Amino acid sequence: MPDVGEAAQAVESPLGLLQDLRPKLLDWGWIGENFGDEILPALIGHVYLSFVSVGIALLISLPTGVLVSRYRKAYAPVTFFTGILFSIPSLALFAFLVTVPGIGIGPTAVIIALVAYSLLVLIRNVVAGMDSVPEETKDAARGMGLTGRQILFGVELPLALPVIVAGVRIATVTIIGIATIGAYIRGGGLGELIFLGISRNFPTRVIVGAVLATLLAVIADLTLLALERYLRPWARARRA
Amino acid sequence: MGALLEVFRRPDFIPLLVTHVELSVVALLLGVLIALPVALAVNRSPTLSAIAINVGNIGRAVPSLALLALAFPFLGFGFATSLVALTALAIPPILINASTGLRQVNPQIMDAAKGMGLSARQILARIQVPIAAPIIFAGIRTSAVQVVASATLATFVGGGALGQLIVLGFQRNQAAIQIAGALTVAVLAILTEVLFGFLERTFTPKGLRVARKRRGK
Repeated sequence: MPDVGEAAQAVESPLGLLQDLRPKLLDWGWIGENFGDEILPALIGHVYLSFVSVGIALLISLPTGVLVSRYRKAYAPVTFFTGILFSIPSLALFAFLVTVPGIGIGPTAVIIALVAYSLLVLIRNVVAGMDSVPEETKDAARGMGLTGRQILFGVELPLALPVIVAGVRIATVTIIGIATIGAYIRGGGLGELIFLGISRNFPTRVIVGAVLATLLAVIADLTLLALERYLRPWARARRA
Repeated sequence: MGALLEVFRRPDFIPLLVTHVELSVVALLLGVLIALPVALAVNRSPTLSAIAINVGNIGRAVPSLALLALAFPFLGFGFATSLVALTALAIPPILINASTGLRQVNPQIMDAAKGMGLSARQILARIQVPIAAPIIFAGIRTSAVQVVASATLATFVGGGALGQLIVLGFQRNQAAIQIAGALTVAVLAILTEVLFGFLERTFTPKGLRVARKRRGK
């Protein structure tokens, strides 16, 4: 006479097996094993992509913003053009860029797109920062005999800095977010973990990539916010 | 050019476009329905308002792909996953703008209204909300553009929408499909921006427009 318990076990075990096959949400063992050779490089790649893009965007936006704040007629067309760039969905912009001869798939296309996205915010904030410098202050500087160049670098830009940093903050957070999508066109970074995790149905990879990208964006946001406050000593003094 | 037009005549083009619009509209509506009542509820407490604004600020920093990716392990592939993630994406800009907009109303105006005998509810409905309307609408506009753009990513978690054309183009190495998809999405995003800019101006109360003109803005 067959053991009932055994039979029940035989029926149950395939189910149990199936349950084991269903991927766990978080496999800490995998995280530990792959931290050094997969997770950390993706994180570093992401930081690198974001830094390079913000850097290049600043190199373009600072002079453009200063020029536009002097020649006001250029402001509307510049914000119109960069505004259109900004509203193109990132996956669409990537899709356009990779078909351009000489760019193709890879980090270059991602960096070009990330720079394009930062221009609107950065130029707008450089102009707003220059506008925030009181006319009297510039007059005083002129009265002290400072040249135009000295006024720009010694008075206007330092006073505009908090507003410019506010722009850098928004641009950086935006860029860190969009860079994740760049992994789809082989830009590297944390998005690679997300895409690989989805295609292999391995939730741990997806969650690690998404959580790290979120943390990176939030930390960048808070750090730059602290810098922005630090650069506004007059605001701190007023509050105290 | 002919290859591009052929993509627009594909049988799956219209359904994908419809899914894209459907996904965006529903997510935005849900976002408004969640964010606005919260902003109205926290309006009278400075602490709660500050909490709402800070939560919104952190929420804004969360990458859209990360939101979709985080919804995926829990909800699996499909339309619902994308909808939940896109709704979560729509909330922060509306919450931030509505909370700050309502709090930024000139206290003197509120005092005058109180002096005229208006109840707290009347002040909110007749004074605060109309004055804050343009700022609230600017938040809804930001959300709308973001949601339309991010709906493109829904394809990665099986939500369909126009991103599917772009991905198909990549997979088959057919630039025409890829560009047609990208073009449609870009036009849709820019149209959304223009449409909501128009709504924003329409919903600015007449009095505010007059006041702004007088100040020479």
